[in-house]
Amino acid sequence: MTQLAVDLPGLNLKNPVMPASGCFGFGREYREFYDLNQLGAVVMKAATGKVRYGNKTPRVAETPSGMLNAIGLQNPGVEEIIAHEVPFLAEHDMPIIANVAGSTVEEYMTVASTFNNVEPVKALELNISCPNVKEGGIQFGTDPHMAADVTERVKAVSHLPVYVKLSPNVADIVGMAKAVEEAGADGLSMINTITGMQINLSSRRPLLANKTGGMSGGAIKPIAIRMIYEVKQHVSIPIIGMGGISTAEDVLEFLLAGASVVAVGTANFQNPYACPEIIEDLPDVLQQYGLDSVTGAVGKGHV
Amino acid sequence: MKKRVEMMVKSVEEIALDTFEMTLENAFIAKAAVPGQFLHLLVDGHTLRRPISIANIDSNRGTVTILFKWIGDGTKRLASCQAGMNVSAIGPAGNGFIYDASMNTVLLVGGGIGIPPLYYLGKELRQYGVQVKSFLGFQTDKHIFYEEKFREIGKTYIVTDDGSYGFRGFATDVLDNIGDFDHYFSCGPIPMLQSVTNKLGKYSGSISLEERLGCGVGACLACVIPAGSEGGYRKICSDGPVFAADEVML
Repeated sequence: MTQLAVDLPGLNLKNPVMPASGCFGFGREYREFYDLNQLGAVVMKAATGKVRYGNKTPRVAETPSGMLNAIGLQNPGVEEIIAHEVPFLAEHDMPIIANVAGSTVEEYMTVASTFNNVEPVKALELNISCPNVKEGGIQFGTDPHMAADVTERVKAVSHLPVYVKLSPNVADIVGMAKAVEEAGADGLSMINTITGMQINLSSRRPLLANKTGGMSGGAIKPIAIRMIYEVKQHVSIPIIGMGGISTAEDVLEFLLAGASVVAVGTANFQNPYACPEIIEDLPDVLQQYGLDSVTGAVGKGHV
Repeated sequence: MKKRVEMMVKSVEEIALDTFEMTLENAFIAKAAVPGQFLHLLVDGHTLRRPISIANIDSNRGTVTILFKWIGDGTKRLASCQAGMNVSAIGPAGNGFIYDASMNTVLLVGGGIGIPPLYYLGKELRQYGVQVKSFLGFQTDKHIFYEEKFREIGKTYIVTDDGSYGFRGFATDVLDNIGDFDHYFSCGPIPMLQSVTNKLGKYSGSISLEERLGCGVGACLACVIPAGSEGGYRKICSDGPVFAADEVML
């Protein structure tokens, strides 16, 4: 019998697969397709202090084996999310991870502490890596001192385990990971999207209204694998791995690189059943490669 | 309720310049879809699905007809599908046109590849005994499609951007002296919709919008449009693609 369950700080997961923040809304749309109880966990769309309307359109563009997005953290604000979205997700048997974003350290702290005592929310994903907003977001995720500072201050006001979501748009990913680990992060979430751009030949203008966007999908998978592999060698906190996962084989590759669990993003758009299908395939894929548990695969790709 | 289904290609035909008509077989979609809804189609080798409006349904045969324009590699691949192949679709997606059989006369105002969903709508309305008048704009005479089909369901005015067929100009240029009508339905490029909603501002109307979609089911917030009076955004894929004319800001 293949063991899929994984225990992480704040999170007891029946399997290691969760939808990634921003690619699943608050789950309502995907409940039309399947029973969300099948998921290992769910990561909510980013929450900010107040309602945010996001960027102008176009907000997405397709790229070879991937896509660019620049949504701009559109969300109804943390209070509204707690009042209307958390209760819906709490009807299901899975831990909820709240993705926390902000323009200032104070906003991160406010949003994080607002989730204190919201019982169904078991952990925070600290979004210091959104490339699509003018203020905050990625600037916290590209400077190790700022990243450590926001992590420490959020940890000080939050009762929940904090997984810091790292940006790949840095020269030294290991330095970033070590900085937030030392600042008290309970785990890492990596990687967020990679900044990119597409120019429309007819209009001679960047296709996205925001000009740049975050690249995701299969094209970025080798970058995610490399970064997780490098970080795993230097930190001891667990990693939620993401970046182009669309099959159970991809999940195994992330586990071997050092991720303890994984999040599925862009694949949900192409295949709304991506998460349950991956979960269903995972035991056979582990067996096929001589593994009998998810935990037994973590970091086994290291030489 | 939308589902992911496999649809078998029955035929693909270029019916006008760069414009393809594809008929797909799937009993569920043929039964469940209403005018204004779309299929979100998976194209080999592409990350994102392509949203294509439903242009007609034959419920006896269980077939769905879509029309699309060859714009990029995705639509080129779709056009190269052969009869007998399966295409993955999520559908029927989005909310269709709202209409009722008590309407006496309606206007259909369409531009280019926005015209196909209006045909399915007009055909349904005609069956309820509603009088249909169509105002259709195409780029050139080579781009014209479904002219005869529209004429079968009511009076039809064709215009072209360059005057190579019918009146020269846009569909909205011939919207004078249109007589009485209960409601208008419009689908086409945003500038055309702006012109239609301005010109017919005092009438009740519905518009159907196009945008680049991400998920196509309402989760990713890629395809939003500013809402009219109450602020915020509407999601084109799941709140629309059909909206009341004053519900969104074009």
